[in-house]
Amino acid sequence: MKPAQFEYFAPETVAEATSILARYDGEAKVLAGGQSLVPLLNMRLARPQALVDINRVPDLAEIREDGDRLLIGAMTRQRDVERSDLVRRAQPLLHEAVTLIAHPQIRNRGTIGGSLAHADPASELPAVALALEAQFTITGPNGDRTLPAQDFFVTFLTTALQPDEVLTSISFPTQAQNTGSSVQEVARRHGDFALAGAAVTVTLDGDRCSDARIALFGVGATAVRTSGAEEALRGAEASDAALDAAADAVRDQIDDPLTDIHASSDFRRHLARTMTRRALATAVERARNGARYA
Amino acid sequence: MPERRDLRLRVNGVTYESTVEPRLTLVDFLRGELGLGGVHVGCEHGVCGACTVLIDGRAARSCIMLAVQASGADITTVEGLSTDGTLHPIQQAFLESHGLQCGFCTPGFIMSICELLEENKSPTDDEIKETLGGNLCRCTGYENIIKSVHLAAEKMRAL
Repeated sequence: MKPAQFEYFAPETVAEATSILARYDGEAKVLAGGQSLVPLLNMRLARPQALVDINRVPDLAEIREDGDRLLIGAMTRQRDVERSDLVRRAQPLLHEAVTLIAHPQIRNRGTIGGSLAHADPASELPAVALALEAQFTITGPNGDRTLPAQDFFVTFLTTALQPDEVLTSISFPTQAQNTGSSVQEVARRHGDFALAGAAVTVTLDGDRCSDARIALFGVGATAVRTSGAEEALRGAEASDAALDAAADAVRDQIDDPLTDIHASSDFRRHLARTMTRRALATAVERARNGARYA
Repeated sequence: MPERRDLRLRVNGVTYESTVEPRLTLVDFLRGELGLGGVHVGCEHGVCGACTVLIDGRAARSCIMLAVQASGADITTVEGLSTDGTLHPIQQAFLESHGLQCGFCTPGFIMSICELLEENKSPTDDEIKETLGGNLCRCTGYENIIKSVHLAAEKMRAL
C-alpha cells in the first residue's frame, strides 16, 4: 500500500474533529478534498499518526451572501465555487482564480478551505485571499476565532492554524462598484502550478485609480501583497505609464523569488512584473466596462 | 494488526461490502478487491488521470482518494459503460476515430468525457481541451482523442 499506516477518523461534527485533533497534539492531519494531502501520503512525504476526515461533517459546504460579504464553507468543492452564479457575480476574481486550479477532475474533489489551509505559495487562492482581505473563520476546542488573510499565512505550507483547529469558512468582500479584477499566471502546462502569477483588483473613480490591490503567487514562501505598488497607483490616472510603474514597483519590491528546476529567481521576478502588468490592464478594462466577464 | 474499517459502496450498479485498511486507496480497492483492472494506475499522485472514475457522477482521481472515503458513494468505472457486449458510444467513437494507440490512458479519458458529455451535449474544442487537460496520453494521440469526443457527442445526440 502506498501510504504509511494511520488511524482514520470520520467525525460528524466540527467539535468532534477538534477534540480528536487535540488528542493527537500535532500528529494528526485534517483530510478535506485530499488532492494535495493524499499525494503526500502516497509518496510518504507526510506520515501523520491520524487522519481526521471532515468530509462527513454537514454544513461545511455552502456558498451564501452574508451581509455585504460572500461566505464560502471550507469544504465547498472548487468545482462548485467555479460554477456558482453567486460567486461569479459577487466576487469575479475568486471565480476566475478557481478556474485556474489544476483540472476539472481535481476541482471536483478539491476544496476551497483545503487549498487555503495547505498554503502552497504557488497556488492561486492564497493570493486572492490576500488581495481581497478575506476573513478566515477557524474553529478550535474553545470556539471560533476570525483571522484576516494577512495573519493566516505564515510561511511555506504553514498557516496560523493550531494543531487542534479546523478552518471552517472564509468570507470575501463582494466586489465594489467600478471595480475590475484579474488573475494572470504562467505555468509550464495548462493546469500545472504557476511559475508565478498575480491577482489584482482596480477600482476607478473616473479615469483615476481610487484603489488597487496586488498580490503575487509563486514568488515567495507565501503569497505576497505589494503595498508599495498599490500605493503608486492610488490616485493616479489609470494610464499605461501608471500601470507600467506599478508593475516595475512589483518587480523591484519583491524579495528574491525561489530558484528551482522549473524557473530561475530572475525569471520569476520577470514573470511577476509581466503578470502584474497584464492583470492590471485587464482589471482596468473590466472596471471601465463595468463588465462581469463571461 | 492494523485498524480496518467497514466499507459499503455501489460500483457499476452493484453494492459491495468490504473491510479495508484506511490507507488503501480507492484505485487499489477497485483493482485489487473488485478485480476492475480497467481502472489504470499511472502516476499514483493525481497527475496523469489514468485512474479517473465517476464518483456520484463526477470525474475524479481514484488514486488520491481513500477507499474508506468512498463509503456510501456510487462509482462508475469503464467496466460499467458497455451493456450486453455493446460498447458505449464514447468507446465506439474511440474505436472508429483511432482515439487510442497503446490504450493505457484510455479508460481515464473515457470517464472524463462521460462527465463532460453528460453536462454538455455539443462541446467545443476548447471545452474538450479544458476537460482533457487532466488526462495525459504519452502516445500523443490528442488530436484523434478530440475527434473521438466530437464523434461520441454526435452519437449520443442521436440516441
